[in-house]
Amino acid sequence: MSDRNESNGEFRVVGTRPIRHDGEDKVTGRAKYGADYNLPGMLHGKVLRSPHVHALIKSINTAKALRHPGVHAVITGADFPEVKGAMAQVGELVVNTHYLSLNVMARDKVLYDGHAVAAVAAVSKHVAEEALELIEVEYEPLPPVMTAEEAMRDDAPVLLPELRQMFMKSRVDPGVPEGPDRPSNIAGHIQLQRGDLEAGFAAADFIVEREFRTAAVHQGYIEPQNALAVWDASDHVVIYCSTQGSFNVRTLTAAVLTMPEGRIRVVPAEIGGGFGGKTTVYLEPLAVLLAKKTGRPVKMSMTRNEVLRATGPTSGTMFRVKIGADRTGKITAAQVWMAYEAGAFPGSPFAPGAMTTLGPYHIENLLIDTFDVVVNRPKVAAYRAPGAPASAFACECVINELAEKCGIDPIEFRLRNAARQGSPQPAGPPFKKIGFIETLEAMRESRHYRSELIGANRGRGVASGFWFNGGLQSSADVNIHLDGTVSVVTGSVDIGGSRASMAMIAAEVLGVDVKDVRPLVADTDAIGHNDVTGGSRVTLATGMAVYHAAHDALRQLKLRAAQLWDCDPQEVDFARGVFTRRGKQTPPLTIKDLGARLISTGGPVVGRASLNAGAVGAVGNAFATACVDVEVDPETGKVQILRASITQDVGRAIHPSYVEGQMQGGLVQGIGWALNEEYFYDQRGILRNTGLLDYRMPTCLDLPMIETTIVEVPNPDHPLGIRGVGEVNIVPPMAAIAEAIYQAVGVRVTELPINPPRLLNALRASSRSTANQLASAAAD
Amino acid sequence: MSKKVVVETTINGEATEFLCEPRQSLLEVLRDELELTGSKEGCLTGDCGACTVIINGRPTCSCLVLGVEAQGKKIDTIEGLARPEGLHVLQRKFLEHAALQCGICTPGFLMSAKALLDRNPSPTEAEIRYALAGNLCRCTGYDKIVRAVIDAANTLSGARAA
Repeated sequence: MSDRNESNGEFRVVGTRPIRHDGEDKVTGRAKYGADYNLPGMLHGKVLRSPHVHALIKSINTAKALRHPGVHAVITGADFPEVKGAMAQVGELVVNTHYLSLNVMARDKVLYDGHAVAAVAAVSKHVAEEALELIEVEYEPLPPVMTAEEAMRDDAPVLLPELRQMFMKSRVDPGVPEGPDRPSNIAGHIQLQRGDLEAGFAAADFIVEREFRTAAVHQGYIEPQNALAVWDASDHVVIYCSTQGSFNVRTLTAAVLTMPEGRIRVVPAEIGGGFGGKTTVYLEPLAVLLAKKTGRPVKMSMTRNEVLRATGPTSGTMFRVKIGADRTGKITAAQVWMAYEAGAFPGSPFAPGAMTTLGPYHIENLLIDTFDVVVNRPKVAAYRAPGAPASAFACECVINELAEKCGIDPIEFRLRNAARQGSPQPAGPPFKKIGFIETLEAMRESRHYRSELIGANRGRGVASGFWFNGGLQSSADVNIHLDGTVSVVTGSVDIGGSRASMAMIAAEVLGVDVKDVRPLVADTDAIGHNDVTGGSRVTLATGMAVYHAAHDALRQLKLRAAQLWDCDPQEVDFARGVFTRRGKQTPPLTIKDLGARLISTGGPVVGRASLNAGAVGAVGNAFATACVDVEVDPETGKVQILRASITQDVGRAIHPSYVEGQMQGGLVQGIGWALNEEYFYDQRGILRNTGLLDYRMPTCLDLPMIETTIVEVPNPDHPLGIRGVGEVNIVPPMAAIAEAIYQAVGVRVTELPINPPRLLNALRASSRSTANQLASAAAD
Repeated sequence: MSKKVVVETTINGEATEFLCEPRQSLLEVLRDELELTGSKEGCLTGDCGACTVIINGRPTCSCLVLGVEAQGKKIDTIEGLARPEGLHVLQRKFLEHAALQCGICTPGFLMSAKALLDRNPSPTEAEIRYALAGNLCRCTGYDKIVRAVIDAANTLSGARAA
């Protein structure tokens, strides 16, 4: 902690570490999260979920449930309108609203353990739960398909009979049919290609070819999904909920219920984590329908069991990676085949997985094929840099192996191939100014990397990652109050301290104390559109809107000063919160002085900005490099993290503490992904780890302190140089850990998670093969 | 549904009487009957610690205790941690160290940390990590939380020494 400004004198507020404005509410329990809202006359809703993995719904009988005392309404798929198939781009998401509707409530078929089949509103959650047990559903079970590998076979059971394999140019392209015209579980195939693959591999002195798998993992936000809906007599509805995107909730709920968006107002509550998982809707349309049916406010909250079974985790994946390099360590060619499990409906992050993997490297000859595959699992949702962590795990493991074959230090190997300004991205367009090399150099110079690692069964690994970061739409109002204080209003939900960044940006522009700025998050009717809090875009894009809105307020304040001085506005100068008249001895005016005179000079001053900061991937590209030391217990296969550090190019750190916090949090989620976390289904397709004891996320006892180095290579497309910080930190850790384990005990594990049984098996297989080699050598 | 029961207890130093069904957890009573929504529900199985309160001096997951079990007990919740004269040193240090991002786990961490410092005013880093291992945070990676508790302990012992 220090009050030192870390921006090297360039800024007054940016780069300092003030107390966040919403902090006191959050350390005293006063902050209201979605489940904390209660209204008079409120009912409680609960969802009946399928115990089957894949089954036809033959009938649903709700009569007994409706007769249960205290029950006010029951809804099933029959209460929902049919939604025509349409691909809607909602912020960074591409959503098929037809499938969204089927995911929110099953109609004639359930497609995963936990799929919603009915919902009840009753006087208490206990009564609602009792009523669920009285709903009679007749199922006809169908054979399940649990993995992409099974689902891609020609004879696999079909989940969605209308689905055909489509070859797509991009994730928003509807595509053209590919392969035989018959139902398929492959929803999409995208190919990225450049150069001459054959010639590239021919030029290689070393080629590494391996297969990788990663298990589905959950975002693991601590707050379960919730929604409270109030339907009024004029057919308008207000939804209070914890979401990463209140405007998304409005759009998606309107689509599922085929009602005009203008009849829905979404009030974003404080949100207890999301990591991408709260960018879509589950309970909101159900709560709205139940509220409409009962005429009472209806509140719904998921249990942890429901969160794990029915909300979107990320994809389980499979990769085949082949990369070649010449003796000097130059990568000559790369070929990657990848399949992402989408869950029950199309829409896995198969495109960003392909568009980001190998993004850190300038590779002339490249071929990537990526597939979106439906399986009998919950529909996946975004999870921090969606698609990138799995594909980076696969390719970065091969990069590390190649570096070893070339006899080159892994950071040096990366430097020799590093993408820089002008290098082509995997998807084609060249990078603008980026800071990948700087993250590598920062890691190479770090105390961690320069330290010596001593001891048996210990190893160190590094890896890097790339993520787009997002622009998209944001709006901001900057209000100048009569006492000269300032309020900043945006519609971007604050998931990790962004209110503080917004206030700091306004304070920087207006030259006022950050304590005199009050940042607020408004509802969907109170502010212009803001896309999701996701894609690392809030500080970047909403910060850009606040920057311009503050400048708009400043321009108006200059006019007021000119009016008071009866001079040309061009003669008004402004610096550090003080207006002066150029070349005159007129007493200066502060914003407080002008605030007091707003009424007499024309009324309130409101600075405004609304903008589209650019498509996802077009602005603010980010890179990170992680280094991890581990110790392996060869008796148990348990991996202990001894030391972990990360360097990340954030463009510009507004509040360094919260930047570090994002880097540490992302790295630790990566540790969980690498070592423990896994969706564990039994042979029937039933999820067996539906609680946080068995779905085991890292605790503070599992971890050391996490070292961070903030790298600042300003984003050329942002007035403050901001790139965003939220996501890329989760991309490198898994491959770094796999490499550290290899360095410790000499086995390369190519499947995540590397939990004790898996590592123990790998160690035993390796010692058997060593023993066999020794035996056959002895026989010779 | 069995009849509601009258329970007499002390919450944040105040004698409190409430009515609850025998099947209601203490967490549900705090949140839904007493409007003390600072204790959070993350799992209802005692795995996440977001509902941690202090019962007779021991940190406890209030989701694993029935409301009727509160009879005669002394319960401290996050709502009672600050005093009229200001925030508790742990609350201040959590803010200074940016030890929270989304904040949903924060009340539980603060109560676990308070229970730790009440019984061990000068814990080592390992003791802090052990005491907080029942509280899950998915945002921070715990680094800044542990630093905040270390700083709070140092501040408290500094104040005692002075």
